[in-house]
Amino acid sequence: MRLIYLTILLLLSVQVIAAPDGRQLYVAHCSACHGDQGHGGVGVPLSLPSFLDSVDDRFLAVTIREGRPGRVMPSFPKLSDAQIAAIVGYIRSWSDKPAPRYSPVPVKGDAKNGGLLYAKHCASCHGENGEGGTGTGVTFSRRRELPIIAPALNNSGFLAAASDELIRQTLQLGRAGTPMGSFLEKGLGKQEIDDVVSFVRSFAQDRDDGTKTVAANKDKIIRLASSYSLQETVENLKDAIISQNFILIRTDLLEHGLVKEPDENPKQVILHFCNFRFLFDALAVDPRVGMFLPCRVTVTETDAGVFVSAINPEYMSHLFNNAELDQYCKEMHDVYVTIIEDATL
Amino acid sequence: MIVRRLGLLVSVILLFLPPVSVADDIIMTRSTLPFPEAMLALQQSISEHGYTVSRVQRIDIGLTGMGYKTDKYRIVFAGKIDEIRMMTEKSPQLAAYLPPKIAIFAEEGQTVLVTLNPELYAEIAGDAIDPVIFDRWTSDLRSIFDDVNKAN
Ligand code: HEC
Ligand code: HEC
Repeated sequence: MRLIYLTILLLLSVQVIAAPDGRQLYVAHCSACHGDQGHGGVGVPLSLPSFLDSVDDRFLAVTIREGRPGRVMPSFPKLSDAQIAAIVGYIRSWSDKPAPRYSPVPVKGDAKNGGLLYAKHCASCHGENGEGGTGTGVTFSRRRELPIIAPALNNSGFLAAASDELIRQTLQLGRAGTPMGSFLEKGLGKQEIDDVVSFVRSFAQDRDDGTKTVAANKDKIIRLASSYSLQETVENLKDAIISQNFILIRTDLLEHGLVKEPDENPKQVILHFCNFRFLFDALAVDPRVGMFLPCRVTVTETDAGVFVSAINPEYMSHLFNNAELDQYCKEMHDVYVTIIEDATL
Repeated sequence: MIVRRLGLLVSVILLFLPPVSVADDIIMTRSTLPFPEAMLALQQSISEHGYTVSRVQRIDIGLTGMGYKTDKYRIVFAGKIDEIRMMTEKSPQLAAYLPPKIAIFAEEGQTVLVTLNPELYAEIAGDAIDPVIFDRWTSDLRSIFDDVNKAN
């Protein structure tokens, strides 16, 4: 009994003493997107000196906690404050300069004038309403409009994390090594820059994170009974796929490759099809969507009859936290429904 | 008395353990290895965990064939025949999602892996299938991703 007690006490003390390991947490939660050394990828770079020198620890911590709704960057509600602090500490280790400190006091600017300046100097990259550039992060494997995509400025996560002074500093200095230049160098005066800061802050009043359109409560599956036999349904699907301008890639059995061919269940058929233009565009918006591509419908026959099913892309959409994908997923949903209805009715 | 105190101690300890890992909808990892090596590590770890790779779909070959420029992008399908059979029988709805797949793509000299958290299948299956099996899939997938992340 005593021994158990002692062991537990020992375990307890180890748990209490061991501070969370920032590097380990970063590898587990961040490096897939931001790169093992913070060079970026699906996410923007985090290790550039111009970035680290211009953001305070609060900005990093709030960004991790709240994420960027609708802009791929997830929120991390389950990490403890200590864990988030450890991650921030690890990110800081990429710079030998101390973190800047910013006052929470709002800058005094004329948002109206700032709006005019914004339209002239910022909208081309950050979007007319601060919605950010198309796609996110850094482009390594695909062509994009910029080497680093301009973040959304009308985003609730960004606005919660960034103080006015941080935004002002970013505009004055720019972010060397990224497309974001210094607007002091580009000829804006200090007051004009404050005007732009006030305008960016005003996004907080009418922001739209795209989260409203996101459909977590949609059905996870599209599934219809077919009034035809399994074989007829498969043939109907092939015709429907082609008439929707998709290329049929392959038809095979669901169990193919998992078991020897004669043992495969012949009553579960998968049709894979694709529209390469669509696939290419969707991958540029979010390289993770390949997980659900190429397109696929599944035909099954059981005692209950013949059914055709597909994943519901509109449901999938919300898993990605990427508002830009919503439109692609809606399109995909409609294609699936049309193909399945054509083939089964 | 001792038992009571033990109970208290255990709950105190639970308080300090790292939070049970969140059911993230999408599981991702990065390998610092170039694509071919990471792909090898992935397939090796999949078999070590007792699953069969049923197919590798070469999305990049399809795209380049049609004139679109892209780096390496493949989809790896994997599963165990007995489990897949049991699942599609007990919950025919799941057929649309099975076998599970992993997207693996090159990012410069490194490689990124993405997959859907199998807990989603548990939600679809509802009461039809004991969720324990999906918990195991999830922990196996995490362990496979961990292997690829650490491979060198
Ligand atoms: C699924 C991919 C993904 C994951 C995982 C992820 N991020 Fe991000 N992160 C992004 C993207 C994309 C952006 C840019 C958002 C935008 O364009 O508006 C971003 C933005 C950020 C920013 C703001 C950068 C800037 O220039 O202002 C910080 C800081 C950040 N992430 C830190 C983290 C940390 C720390 C983690 C791990 C705890 C993490 N991210 C996990 C994709 C991700
Ligand atoms: C040529 C394109 C371009 C222009 C023009 C531009 N930006 Fe940027 N901006 C970027 C990019 C790219 C980043 C991301 C830099 C990074 O990764 O650190 C950025 C970053 C920022 C950030 C930091 C956001 C964050 O999440 O850390 C702010 C604030 C910002 N820009 C505001 C502005 C404003 C205001 C203007 C106009 C005065 C402007 N930018 C003009 C491309 C641009």
